This record gives sequence, structure tokens and C-alpha cells, in this order.
Amino acid sequence: MRKRVIFNDKGLPYLLLAPQLAITFVFFFWPAGQAIWFSFLRQDAFGIRTTFVGLENFVELFQDPLYLASAWNTVVFSFWVTLVSMAVALGLAVLADRHIRGAGVYKTLLIWPYAIAPAVAAVLWIFIFHPQVGLLGRFLREIGIAWDYKLNGGQAMLVVIVASAWNQIPYNFLFFLAGLQSIPKSVLEAAAIDGASAQRRFWTVIFPLLSPTTFFLLVVNIVFAFFGTFGVIDALTKGGPAKATETLIYKAYIDGRVNLDLGSSSAQSVVLMLTVILLTAIQFRYIERKVHY
Amino acid sequence: MHRRILLAGAALALAVTTAPAEAQQRTEIQFWYGLGGALGERVQEQVQRFNASQDRYTVNATFRGSYVEVMTGAIAAWRAGNPPHIAQVFEVGTATMMAAGPAIKPVWQLSQETGIAIDPAKYLAGVRGYYSDTQGRLVSMPHNSSSAIMWLNMDALAKAGVTEPPRTWREFRAVAEKLKAANATPCVSTTTWPTWVMFEQQSSIHDVGLATKANGFEGMDAEMNLTHPFFLKHVQFLADLQRDGLFRYGGRDNAAGNLFPSGECAISFGSSAARAQIERDAKFKWASVPLPYHDDVIQSPRNGVIGGASLWALTARNRTPAEYAAVAAFYAFISRPEEDQWWHQVTGYVPLTLAAYEKSKAEGYYERNPGADAAIIQLSRAQPTPNSQGFRLGGMVEIRNIIQEELEKVFQGQQTVAQAMETANRRGNAVLRAFERANRS
Repeated sequence: MRKRVIFNDKGLPYLLLAPQLAITFVFFFWPAGQAIWFSFLRQDAFGIRTTFVGLENFVELFQDPLYLASAWNTVVFSFWVTLVSMAVALGLAVLADRHIRGAGVYKTLLIWPYAIAPAVAAVLWIFIFHPQVGLLGRFLREIGIAWDYKLNGGQAMLVVIVASAWNQIPYNFLFFLAGLQSIPKSVLEAAAIDGASAQRRFWTVIFPLLSPTTFFLLVVNIVFAFFGTFGVIDALTKGGPAKATETLIYKAYIDGRVNLDLGSSSAQSVVLMLTVILLTAIQFRYIERKVHY
Repeated sequence: MHRRILLAGAALALAVTTAPAEAQQRTEIQFWYGLGGALGERVQEQVQRFNASQDRYTVNATFRGSYVEVMTGAIAAWRAGNPPHIAQVFEVGTATMMAAGPAIKPVWQLSQETGIAIDPAKYLAGVRGYYSDTQGRLVSMPHNSSSAIMWLNMDALAKAGVTEPPRTWREFRAVAEKLKAANATPCVSTTTWPTWVMFEQQSSIHDVGLATKANGFEGMDAEMNLTHPFFLKHVQFLADLQRDGLFRYGGRDNAAGNLFPSGECAISFGSSAARAQIERDAKFKWASVPLPYHDDVIQSPRNGVIGGASLWALTARNRTPAEYAAVAAFYAFISRPEEDQWWHQVTGYVPLTLAAYEKSKAEGYYERNPGADAAIIQLSRAQPTPNSQGFRLGGMVEIRNIIQEELEKVFQGQQTVAQAMETANRRGNAVLRAFERANRS
């Protein structure tokens, strides 16, 4: 910190920040504040009769076994989406980082799915998994497997995990590839000269050097699994069958928008917000220490 | 060439100068609806006819997504002070809308204030009852009403040696077994709208309340009645059908909608308004008949209930009497016998007025289109009892989903029928109590 002063006047930096701050305020702080306020109220759908009920919405929430079940669903779902999408992306990135003919084409094709909106991706998966019209679904039924993700909760979970992970692979791939390319070749050559096998080079040199990327992706993927997968779940299973794929974000949507219970839905949003803040804080505080920069 | 452009320009200039004068005379109102595809086009056609039929009002009809989206959108707009004048709300939203006192303008009040006559006696009893308050006054405007009926693939039935459509569930099972033995179709039977068909309709037909207090008509303190032996019996019947490969659960709401027209399932249960789609897509001989009943529970089945949606007039601070008059005029227009008859015949919804039904009958419409009156017969074959006049339960959207969820657990073999109905009953009551609390305080 030799020279702090770039702007002599304090007004200009604030002015330049103002548009972004205004947007953040209108689209984040204001609605978030409203959600917090609504979470202490009980009101009818039209907001004609409103009562302040304190923490009642939260108490009811944590006494509700269905809410706890959907929290568990979210844990299972997020774990697998993060694991699958990161593992597959890393594998692909390592393969694409080699000197192969037409590497550019492979990279483009691998990044492509990221441009597909989750809801559209879900429709593509319907054409694969649907028990009546899907290619794989029909095949499974023909070889005698009772495939019906509309009725089998485990299968439904599998379908939404696969569809969500697939959607997230390109993003992870891109970052892993960039991470791999920034590893100095001299380090790898030194390891090779010392006689380390390819596998050993990967686990002892490449993987630790990738850890900042991995750590960043871990945070992003968990947040994605929490919030970004709404479209996939809505289009594929609508949280069913029998709530088997209902995650916290989907439950907040159903209770607020379909069941018109704004108090409970707001309380759920607040809990979600706190969870994500907590998760991110833990990650930065503890996991970052072990990250090799 | 030049002259033509000049002429067009002059015409345009004229149109521009006269338009403001006309706009001042015409009162414009907004109408949000939730019918997509072919049905949505019919809504637009009717609105255009209304606009052309007179020069005082203009209705702007906009498609706002699914029923749920229209309802939540309209409520959010009301909270923001800028709701549409008319919102189409599905039947399960009725209790929520009725409880919204100052947000809505009931039909009877609208008629009184504007002097435009809307006579409740004109409408079919089954339709009128669903949308009336306890004093028998019409609150929302009947718009698109259907009822659940049974759709049969007659080619498949013939292959199985069946000539007569089943009337009772006992006969249904016998037919289903023959269909399976003959391997006529990949799937024997399915249902759309599981809660509506298998609970709401069946409870009405068998005169067993879905909830106490006349299904909520007599007060918000109603309780679910799902542990009644009848529901246990019927769900067990369905679960046995499924176990024996005679019935396939095709998903919630209308998810199973294409299993019948595509020829996958030989029998399906669903809305009479599916007629247009089936007529277009089904490549086999089909028939539609009233829903089966359990003849060991009731010998002469009672009336079924309607489904579909009605129109609600919403209030706003700056709304003028002219705008309410426009709403009333539109209501009166769609209730005209010729308009109603057209709507009934092009959509497959039941006629809303007795006049349109009589007219269709007199013109031989039902002889030319056998089965097109199955829903009407089912709706009007008996005098409605407190158990069969409809449902006025708060949070009905959620209750429907709860029942579907518990059914799914039965079909997955995760719980017994008794457990499912016990849980559904408890969860349904929790919803009713939450609604009661939110709307009483």
C-alpha cells in the first residue's frame, strides 16, 4: 500500500458506483428486506388481513417433517450435482488439455451446453428419460427394467441430478481448462525428469496447483445446485413424485406462488439466504486455508 | 402506384385523426386468461366478436400462462394497485377468491350497480352452485366448465371382445382384464387429474363428502373426510388395478393427457374439454361416457361436479363505473345463447346456460356427436346434495397436490392405503386451518 490515492475527490468514485449500487439495492436489498419482513407476518393471499406473528413461521417450518425432508433432499442433490459435474469436467479438461488434433472443436462442443437454458435442457432430457417417449426410457422398459421416474422417487432424483450436472459441466470444464493451462510447463517437466508417472504427476503436482480453481468451483457449484436448478426440477419432475425431488428452493416457490402462503415462503427464503451466507463463510474461512495458492 | 401510396397515406392520416375521438368513447378493460393453444384462440375470437358487436367497450384479452400463473399474477397486480379488470381463475381457487372481500366485485353486485341484467337462473344448476355464495347469489362469472368423463378406445375394446362400455367399476375391472388378456394396447388404463377425477368427482357421485361442513360451503372450519371408508375402498381398488397391471399412474394433473389420444392406453379418465384434442389426434374409434361408480356403494349415482374456470372482476382504487359496466356487458355477451352454444361446441366445455343446451339438443348436435353430452348428463342427472354441489375449501390447490403425493406413495408401494389417507387427511386439515387463520384474523 504505497499509494492509496487515485481519486482525490471522494464524490467521483461514489458517483461511478451509483448505478451498480442502485441496481443492487432495487433488485437485491429491497426484495430481501421485504422477504425478511414478510417472514414475521401471516397474511391471506391478497394481503388484506395481515397479522404480526413473530417467529411462528420459522417454528412451524422446523417442526414440519416435510420441510426437513426437503432440506435433506437438497443436501443429497447438491452433493451429487457438485461431485458429478466437477469430476466429469476435470476429467474432460485433462483430456482436452493434451496436444490432439482438432482440440478446438472438442473444446467448443464441450462448452456448448452451457448456453442452453436449464428448462430447455430439461426438455432434452425428457426425450431421453421419459418412460413412453424417451429413447433410453423406452429401452430400459424393453429390457425389463421398471423405469418410471414419474412414480419412482429414486429414479426421479437420478434424472434431475444427471440433467443438472450435465448443464453445469461446461462451466466447470472451462475453468479447469484455464487452470490447467496456467500450470507452468517447467514444473511438470521437472517432475517428469524426476521419474514421476503421469498419474503421480497429476495427483502430486497438477491437482494441488488446481486447488484455487477447485475451491472457487466448489462454492459456485453448491450455490448453483441450491438456486440455479429450479428450471430443471420444474420442467422434469415438479418436485415429485411424492416430494422426492423437492429441494428447498422449489418448496419456497410452491408454498409462495402456488399455495399462496407468503409468510412461510418468506421464512423459507430467509433460511435459504442464511444457509448460503453461512456455507460461503465457512468455505472461505476454513477450506481456503488448505488451498495452495 | 404513386396514387395508391397517396391514398393509403390519406387514409392513415384520417384514421389517426379519428382514432383519439373514438378512443375517448370506448372504455378499455383488461382480461387475463390462462387457456393456451386452440382454446386460447377461441377466447380471442369471442373477445373480438364482443368488441365488434358494440362501440362503447373494448376488451383486451391477454394470455398470461397457466391457471396458477394467472391467479398469482392477478393477485400480485392487485397488491400493486393495478390488477386486470377480469381474471380467469380455476375452480380450486374459488375459495381463496371468495375470501378476498374488498378485492373482488361479485357478479350480483356488478349487475346491481351497472343495471345490466345477469340472471343466475339462466345457468345450469351444477355450474351456478359452484360459483354462488351461501345466499345463492352469483359471485364469479361461469366461463369454461367441464366435467370428468371416461374416454374409451373402441377399437381396442372390440379387439378384446367388449361391445358395451362399462358402467360400474366392477364392470370396468372385467373389461380391463379382457383388454389385458387380449393385449390390445401397451397400457390398459390411466387417468388425468388424479385428485379431481378419483376424489372430487367420485365423492360427489357417491354422495360422500370430501370434507365436512358441506365441503366447506358452510364455513371455513371444515375438516377433511379422507379417512371415510369410501375413499379407502376406492384407493384400494385403484392400487389393486395397478398391482395387476390394469392401471398406470401417468403423473399429476394433466401429465397423462396424451396417453389416450396416442393409443398407448385404451381407457382414460379426464376432462370433457379434451374432446378437441382427441378428435384431432386419435387415430382410432373412440367414445366418451359418464364415469363408472361402485354399485355396492350407491345404486343410482348422483351428479358429478364441474372443473374449469370462472371469471372474476377485480377492484382497484381508480376504477370507473364505465369500466365495471364494460365488465358486466362482456359477461352478458358471453351468456347469450348463441355465444354460449358456440363456445360449448367448439371447445367441448359444457354449456353454461340452459338455453344453449336446449338449442344444441334441438338442433341434433348430440345425435351427430355421440358422447358430447356425457358430461352434461353426469352433471345434471340428480339434484345436488351438500356433498355433491362442489367444493369451497381454502388452499384447495395444495390439498389436491397433497392427495396426489400420498397416492404416489401408495402406487410406489411405500405405504398402505390406510396410512396414505390418514396422512393426506392430517396434511389437508393443516392447510385448512392455516387458511382459516390467515383469513379470519
